[in-house]
Amino acid sequence: MSAEVHGAILVAEQFDDFEQQKSADAFGMWLFLVTEVLFFGGLFCGYCLYRNVYPEAWAAGSHLLKVQYGAFYTALLICSSLTMALGVRASQLRLKTSLTVYLVLTWIMGAAFVYIKLRYEWYGDYLEGLVPGPHFAPHGENLELINHFHALLPHVSLFFIFYFCMTGLHALHMVVGVGLLTALLILTQQGKTTRGNYNWVEIVGLYWHFVDIVWIFLFPLLYLIGGRYV
Amino acid sequence: MSTVAVEAPSLPEVHYLNADYGWRSWLFTTDHKRIAWLYLISITVMFAIGGLSATLIRLNLIEPSGLLFEPATYNKLFTAHGLVMIFFFLTQSIPTVLGNFLIPIMIGARDVAFPKLNLLSWYIYVIGALVFVLSLISGGVDTGWTLYTPLSTTYANTNVLSATMGIFIAGFSSILTGLNFMVTIHKMRAPGMTWFRLPLFIWAMYATSVIFVLAMPVIAITLALIALERVWHVGIFDPGLGGDPILFQHLFWFFGHPEVYILILPSMGVISELVAAGCRKRIFGYSFVAFSSVAIAAISFMVWGHHMFLTGQSVYAGLVFSALSFAVAIPSAVKVFNWTATMHKASVSYDTPMLYAIGFIGLFTIGGLTGLFLASMGADVHLHDTYFVIAHFHYVMVGGAIMGYLGGLHLWWPKMTGKMYPEAWARFACLLIFAGFNLTFGPQFILGYVGMPRRYAVYPAEFQVLNVMSSAGASILALGYLIPLIYFAWSAFRGPIAGPNPWGAKGLEWTIASPPPTHNFEVTPIVTEEAYAYEPEAAHVG
Repeated sequence: MSAEVHGAILVAEQFDDFEQQKSADAFGMWLFLVTEVLFFGGLFCGYCLYRNVYPEAWAAGSHLLKVQYGAFYTALLICSSLTMALGVRASQLRLKTSLTVYLVLTWIMGAAFVYIKLRYEWYGDYLEGLVPGPHFAPHGENLELINHFHALLPHVSLFFIFYFCMTGLHALHMVVGVGLLTALLILTQQGKTTRGNYNWVEIVGLYWHFVDIVWIFLFPLLYLIGGRYV
Repeated sequence: MSTVAVEAPSLPEVHYLNADYGWRSWLFTTDHKRIAWLYLISITVMFAIGGLSATLIRLNLIEPSGLLFEPATYNKLFTAHGLVMIFFFLTQSIPTVLGNFLIPIMIGARDVAFPKLNLLSWYIYVIGALVFVLSLISGGVDTGWTLYTPLSTTYANTNVLSATMGIFIAGFSSILTGLNFMVTIHKMRAPGMTWFRLPLFIWAMYATSVIFVLAMPVIAITLALIALERVWHVGIFDPGLGGDPILFQHLFWFFGHPEVYILILPSMGVISELVAAGCRKRIFGYSFVAFSSVAIAAISFMVWGHHMFLTGQSVYAGLVFSALSFAVAIPSAVKVFNWTATMHKASVSYDTPMLYAIGFIGLFTIGGLTGLFLASMGADVHLHDTYFVIAHFHYVMVGGAIMGYLGGLHLWWPKMTGKMYPEAWARFACLLIFAGFNLTFGPQFILGYVGMPRRYAVYPAEFQVLNVMSSAGASILALGYLIPLIYFAWSAFRGPIAGPNPWGAKGLEWTIASPPPTHNFEVTPIVTEEAYAYEPEAAHVG
C-alpha cells in the first residue's frame, strides 16, 4: 500500500508519510518488548539460580500447583494469539466487522485468563496456604506430599515467591493488554483502525503475542517441572 | 568571541520560545525543544539538592570527629547525594536536555518519533523525583546509593521503600527516553543523512539509548524485589530464608556498570562536537570514535563482576571480569587519542566550550586510568571501598560527565536561547571548576591509597590535612557551579543576540535560526556532505 492512499490526518505531524510512521511505531514496540524481556529477565534469573540451588524444593513447589489450570491458560492464550493475528489481517484489509469480532474474541480470552487466574487459581492457592511470607503453611489436598517435603518448606516458600511474582507480573501485562484491546475496540467502532492505518492493531498485536510467549515459558517452568518427581 | 556573520545578527520574529505563551503551552507541549527546557529546570533543582548534600558531607569531614552530624545522619547525607546525583541528575542531564533539544535537529527531523511519549517521560521523571524528594524530607535513606541487601531489605529502618519507589518510577522515564531516541535516530533521519554522516553526538546518544533500554528494566525489577521483600517479609535476598544477598549485587551491577556508562557516553559525544567546533576540523578517525561508543556500550554489560571481587566470587570469574574491564580502556583511549589528534595542528579556539573539552580530556584520562587500578583484582583488594574509588568515580562523573554537560550547554546555549553568555565570566567559571574539582578529588586519591574507607562520618586525625584540602576545593567548585547559573539566567534575558551560527560551526543545528522555529526546518533538509565538513582554509580565518 502506498503512502498517497492515506489521508494526511492519518499521519502525525512529525512524520513525512504513513510508511515512516508505521515502521517507527513497529520499531518502537519491538524495542519496548526488548525492555520487557530484560524486566522479566531479572525474575527468570532469580528463578534459575534458586532452582539450581534447591532443585527438590522447586519440584515440590511445582507439584503443589494445579497443572490443569496452566494447561488451560496455555490453550486459551494460543487461541487468543490466533484471533489477534487474524485481527491484524482484518485491519489491513479494512474489514470493520471481522476486526471487531476478532478483537472481541481476543478480549474475552484475555479477560477470562485474568478472571480465572485471580478468582479460582490464586484464591485456591491462598486457601491452601501457599502464599509465601510469615503465614506460609501449605495444607491442601496434597497433604501427604506436603508432609513428605516438610524439611524443604522454607525453600518451597521461595519457589512460591517466584511463582506469584512471575505469574503476577504476567497477569498485570494481561490486564494492560485487555485495556489496550478495549481502546482498540472503541477506535474500531469509530472507524479509526480500518482506514489503512493498521499500525495500531499491529503494535498491540505484537504486545499481545509477547505476553503470550512469556506464558509459554512460564507454563513449563512453573507447572511441569514437578511432574516426574513422584 | 569569533563571529562569522558580518551584519549584526537579529532574533527571528517567531521561534519555538515565543510561538505560544502561558503555562499550558509549556506543561502540555510536545515540542522536543520545550521538553528539553522542562528537563533542564527540573534536573537543575535536583542538582541543587544533590549538591547541597555534598556540601554538608564535605563540611562534616573538616573535623576528624565529624564537624556537624551524627553518623546516622551522615549515612543519610551520602545516600541522598549518591542517589540524587546518579538517578535524578546525571542520568537525565545530557540525554534529556541536550539530547532532546539536538537529536531531531541534528538529524534533520521536525521532532522525535514519539513526541507525546517524550512529554510523558518528563512527567514520569517528575513524579519519581517528587516521590524520592518526599522520602528524603520525611526522614531519608541510609543504605548508600548501592542499596545493598540485607541492609536495604531487612535492617534499614529508613525510607527505603519510598526511595526505591521514586527511583523505580524515574527509571521508566529513562527507558521511554532511550526507546524514543533509538526510534528517532533509526527512522527520522533526513534524506541523505546516512549513519556515517551523523554527528558523533548522535552516535553517543544512540549507544546511551541502547543501555537505557537494556539496563534500566533490570534495576526496575530489582528494586521491585527489594520493595516486595520489605513489604511481604519474604526471603528473596535473605539468607535466613534461603535467599542470596549476592544475587542482589549481581542484578544491581548488571544494571549499575552500564549505568555509569549512561552517564559518561553522552558526555563523550558532546566533547566530540566541542572539539570539532573548537578546532574547526573534522574529528580525526570519525568511524573509530563512532564505533568506540558502541563498543563501550556493548562491553559495559560484561564487566559487572569487577564490583564484586571481594564477595567470594570465583577467582576465574574475577579474572574474566578483570580482563573485560581492561578492554573498556581501548575504546575510551581511542576517543581520547582521536580528540587530541584532531587538536593537533588545528587553530584551537579557547572559547569556553573548548576549555571544557580540554578540561574533560585531562580529567577523564585520570579518571579512566585510575579505573584500571581498580579493575586489577590484586590492587582492588587494597583499594576497594576506599576514597580511591570515590576519587576515581568523581573524576569520571564530575570531571567527565558534568564538564561535558556544561561545555555542551555553553556551545548550544546560543542555539537554545538565541543569546550569548558572557564569555569572560564563563571562562573564569570554567577555570574555577577545573581548579576546585582537582583540589576536591585529587587529595582523595591519596586518602584512599593510604587507607581511608568511604562512607565514614569520622576518621583518624592524620587524614585531616587532606580532608580539609578536599573540603576547601569543594567550596571553590560550588562557586564555580553557581556562577554559570547566574550568568545563564542573565543572558537568557539580557544577553547579546547570538545569530544562527556564532561559532562558525558545521552541523544542521547551525543552519537554522537561533532560537529555532517550532518545526525546526521550513523544508526537510537534504544532506549532501559528511559531518564536520569544514573547509580546510577555514582554520586560518578565525
